Amino acid sequence: MSGIPGAPSRRTLLIGAAALAAGGARAAPATLRDATGRDLPVPAAVARVFPAGPPAAILLYTLAPDLLLGWPRALRPDERALLLPEIAARPEIGRLTGRGNTANLESVLALAPDLILDAGSTSETYLSLARRVEAQTGVPYALLDGALARTPETYRVLGRLLRREAAGEDRAAAAQQILDRVATRVATVPAERRPRVYAALGPRGLQTGRGGAINVESLDLVGARNVAGEASGGLATVSVEQVLAWDPDAIVATDARFAAGLRGDPAWASLRAVREDRVHLAPHLPFGWLESPPSVNRLLGLLWLGHCLYPNLFPEDLAAETRAFHARFYGRPIDAAEAARILAGQG
Amino acid sequence: MSPRAGLAAALAFLLLAVLLALGVGRFPLSPLDLARALWAGLTGTPSGLPPATGAVLFQVRGPRVLAALLVGAGLAAAGTAFQGLFRNPLVSPDLLGASSGAALGAVAGILLGLPILGIEALSFAGGLGAVAVVYAIGATLRGGDAVLTLVLTGIVVGSLLGAGIGLAKYLADPYNQLPAITFWLLGSLAGIGLGDLLPLALAVLAGTALLLALRWRMNAMSLPDEEARALGVPTGVLRAAIVVGATLVTAASVAAAGIVGWVGLVVPHLARLLVGPSFPRLLPTAALLGGGFLLLIDTLARTMAPVEVPLGILTAVVGTPFFIALLARTRGGWS
Repeated sequence: MSGIPGAPSRRTLLIGAAALAAGGARAAPATLRDATGRDLPVPAAVARVFPAGPPAAILLYTLAPDLLLGWPRALRPDERALLLPEIAARPEIGRLTGRGNTANLESVLALAPDLILDAGSTSETYLSLARRVEAQTGVPYALLDGALARTPETYRVLGRLLRREAAGEDRAAAAQQILDRVATRVATVPAERRPRVYAALGPRGLQTGRGGAINVESLDLVGARNVAGEASGGLATVSVEQVLAWDPDAIVATDARFAAGLRGDPAWASLRAVREDRVHLAPHLPFGWLESPPSVNRLLGLLWLGHCLYPNLFPEDLAAETRAFHARFYGRPIDAAEAARILAGQG
Repeated sequence: MSPRAGLAAALAFLLLAVLLALGVGRFPLSPLDLARALWAGLTGTPSGLPPATGAVLFQVRGPRVLAALLVGAGLAAAGTAFQGLFRNPLVSPDLLGASSGAALGAVAGILLGLPILGIEALSFAGGLGAVAVVYAIGATLRGGDAVLTLVLTGIVVGSLLGAGIGLAKYLADPYNQLPAITFWLLGSLAGIGLGDLLPLALAVLAGTALLLALRWRMNAMSLPDEEARALGVPTGVLRAAIVVGATLVTAASVAAAGIVGWVGLVVPHLARLLVGPSFPRLLPTAALLGGGFLLLIDTLARTMAPVEVPLGILTAVVGTPFFIALLARTRGGWS
């Protein structure tokens, strides 16, 4: 996934090589250069955008919700309740990338999008897929970098692409502010004082992300040492015995039932992190705060994670942060009770 | 090797595997700590060891060792009985759809977001249900070769269930459910705890006990039905009872451990090499060997790397060359 050191330079990729005629002239028509070297004009007015997968859908929703044609999968009622009602109710349209396409190219065309937007890995696999879909549909296909640390740049590019520079700049600045806040505070912690964290994913808490896995990207950004991160890789299964051997300082869990059952499970209960009450259940509304899907929803998760792992360094009121984030990024202000419910991982 | 010596060798192999499996793991436990924790656990006295030590032995490694023994022994016994019942050396316990049914049940459970025990229960029910359907269809289509009808029905139903699993994967959420389904289908004992052990043990022991009780009659299965009946063996009843026993074992194993192939196919051949083809001796030998075999493989799966190596992959990697070597040794003869 993104964020691998030594990967080719991570200019935002739009069909192969970069793309936007930036330059100072703000009104200059942007073009997309495809892999064959053609310069495709970006539609003068983009009114209908097809998100290729969940990360792109969330990215687009947070910047220009009105342009979102639909959701890769229909939203659940508890997710819908926290978003703009009219946009959240838009139909299920399937996914074009990620693991398995469920969208049918003819249905994509029937929706008459001006642009197909994807955000995530910029590996050759996804580039070639982008080129292929573009060739088949004739619809410009923009592939943006989905790495969490590059969110500000991704917002700016998307803003230019959609002719929504002001909104793009606003989200970029807010994202940058969160990333900087986390980075500067974490930088004050000496390496040996950084918590060793186990990310307990999946229903049994026995799936975890290895080094470089997008599921645990947030752990790196808050300076936590991922106990499973010594070897690089994606998602893997581990045994409880291995977790006991790692003896992590803290556990970050994504499954509420798993987290609730830890104290009553003799195997897990002997863990230091469980005994000392350092098991943190990641909130999951309206989208996962740690992962699933790996999009801009994880920005707020960074603050939450920092607050869990370094309570002294992150004194801010999380409920207030959550409400501010919702108002700015999700476009629907929430009240204190809703924020408390979300933070408790309920709903 | 005489049959008696073969049985003794299988038992010794199993005990050695247990000792090795208890002694190694990702969590460092010295033999002395192990002995102290065992002693403390048996006598109820405090061991003076850190709490994690006892937890590893009694909550993690111990249950996992028992689960591997149960699943391995059960699958090997079921495979031996099935190879005799279908008179075919290439048969494994999932022939009648028990594995596919159990897998579909588990995948449906993951899709529905059930708790772990619910997933296991649905999986077990799926395995029993699939075989019940296969058997019912086979019984309805009377006439001709009853065994062949059963095999063909099993293959057809199994592939339909496979399509169901594919559909479930397609509908799954790619960030949470799909990895869970994928890992589950590859087979693993990583999550086994004491809570999973009791239902697994009940079903596997019941199924294996039934098969062991029938082993005195099983030699008659090598005869054509008419001849066996002339000897007073109720072939229909015997067949149904073997299917019930093997299905209980297979469905419970898949529910607890995911899909673990090869054990039920390879171990019976090894047991025949040791003690010959006569079931009264063959079946217990196969069960002992299967338990030890899967225990060794699972020990490898949990110690090779910090992350688990899926069991189904290891059994295939170990089982394939093993099987080819057996073929070379026996020249394809297996009677």
